[in-house]
Amino acid sequence: MISQFENIKQLFQLEEITQQREGLILVTAPREQIVSFVTHLRDALNYKHLVILTAVDWIEKNQFQLSYILNNPFEKCDVIVRTFIDREEATMTSIHHLWEQAATYQRELREMFGIDFPGSPRVDKPFMLEGWDNIPPYRRDFDTKKYSEETYFPRPGRETNDPTEFMKKKLYPDEP
Amino acid sequence: MSLRKLFKINEDRSLYPPLNSEGRIDVDLSSQKYLKLWHGPQHPGITGNMSLELTMLGDEIMDCETHVGYLHRGFEKLMERRKYIQCFPIVCRITVPEPDYNEYCFAAALEELSGIEIPETAKWIRTLVLEMARLQSYLMWIGGQAGAFGMGIIGQWSNYCRDLVLDRFEELTGGRIYHMFIIPGGVRGLLPHGFEGRMEETLKTIETFMVDIEKVMFNNAVFKKRSVGMGYIDPKWIYQYGITGPNARAAGLPNDVRKNYPYLKYPELDFEPITGKDSDIYTRADVRRRDLHLSIDLIRQIMSKMKNEGDFKAPTPNVLHWKVAPGETYIRSECTRGEFGYYMVSDGSEYPRRINVRGPSYTHAIALLEKMIINANLADVAGLMTSLHTYPPEIER
Repeated sequence: MISQFENIKQLFQLEEITQQREGLILVTAPREQIVSFVTHLRDALNYKHLVILTAVDWIEKNQFQLSYILNNPFEKCDVIVRTFIDREEATMTSIHHLWEQAATYQRELREMFGIDFPGSPRVDKPFMLEGWDNIPPYRRDFDTKKYSEETYFPRPGRETNDPTEFMKKKLYPDEP
Repeated sequence: MSLRKLFKINEDRSLYPPLNSEGRIDVDLSSQKYLKLWHGPQHPGITGNMSLELTMLGDEIMDCETHVGYLHRGFEKLMERRKYIQCFPIVCRITVPEPDYNEYCFAAALEELSGIEIPETAKWIRTLVLEMARLQSYLMWIGGQAGAFGMGIIGQWSNYCRDLVLDRFEELTGGRIYHMFIIPGGVRGLLPHGFEGRMEETLKTIETFMVDIEKVMFNNAVFKKRSVGMGYIDPKWIYQYGITGPNARAAGLPNDVRKNYPYLKYPELDFEPITGKDSDIYTRADVRRRDLHLSIDLIRQIMSKMKNEGDFKAPTPNVLHWKVAPGETYIRSECTRGEFGYYMVSDGSEYPRRINVRGPSYTHAIALLEKMIINANLADVAGLMTSLHTYPPEIER
């Protein structure tokens, strides 16, 4: 199974072809090759089923990883195609013409990570967050705790304790 | 003219107003010819907290847009700030009808990345818990499908049966809805004494009720007339729209994760994927009904084959300092609605870098529903939605 990727390694400039387990291959492709590579997988290698399109935020490398998980229902194997895009210019070519549900995934990525997919249907329309005016919430630099403390008010009568300090006081009240 | 032809989606949209750049219909509401109608989020025919924005001409639907976001809890984000063991009690909250698939996928992904092999007994008990979850989820769905077509009493019968399964869950795990039983490394315990007998009693009661349900629902003229030929899914759409589970199997494809990508103890169980031919609401209901009986059969097989003794949990690192090697994986399982999967990325720290949940409703409730609802009658919207078995919380996680 890994050999079919070795054969097209040159064609699509693939890197890091590894086998995670039997029936699951990980492969990295450059950003500009993704659409043609994914189309080749779908049409020539029978990876007909788009399972997931999602992103991972590698803030320390200033990159987003886009993961396309494709499934070959005939040979019963999967491939995770990864590509890295710049975090500052988060734009990627849309694949909504290949799979209908890709438009929904891209709309979610646009909202949650701020990755733009020009031309994808309804991509700029709010998906889950109506009236959101902060940075995209699934980015690593968005602090959920800080946001909720600033946005909502605490209910009176509730106090928060540090678990270590609290248990120490409770179990060993005499120790400093 | 057969019923199927009567209800087929009309690809000719020349009678409708033209589509705009977003592929939507722009209508002039002041002309009083068209109507915008919000079906949900508070509506008995909606399967949870979502809404459909319908554009109607008379009682015929011209356009539909699914709106979600009424239940967004940001689980995927919350998990990035929690240690793996702290994620474990929140993953089950992602889907209410069958939380165990979340627990299994999360645990299996973590075990794969950490290189942990779980004991045989744990595999059997996990398989049992997943089948029990499937059984109770189908029992709840029957009530919804029948209720959407005006047969309220069936929901009461099937929910009684579901409560019996929940009693068994309570006995086994201590919880009725959320079980938190499939922990990373194995399960939390062995089956209690006498469980097998009480489970058999429950299965027999369910089978008795299913005889009545089949008579009243599947042989009902009203149900047949409204569901046969309605809500047709073309087999060509299966991969184009990412359709999985009973929705795909009713179109004739034997796509069952339990058979095609065997996990846990499914390879040792004797079963064949349930398929249908006609791919309408009735066939999908029938596939689910037969799947329910298959689930009962599988529980019996598991009970007779498993040994309730020995280790049920593999040794794991200290859960408070559990560092997982860098890597990524995807784990899938077959839930009642289709392929349920977890994509987990680890960066070598004590916290997951990213966990993405693939709920089958993600594709069914948005891309597919918006396509197949065109030309349907307003009265059939609830039945159509329930026949896809959509569940909003797994769309927005």
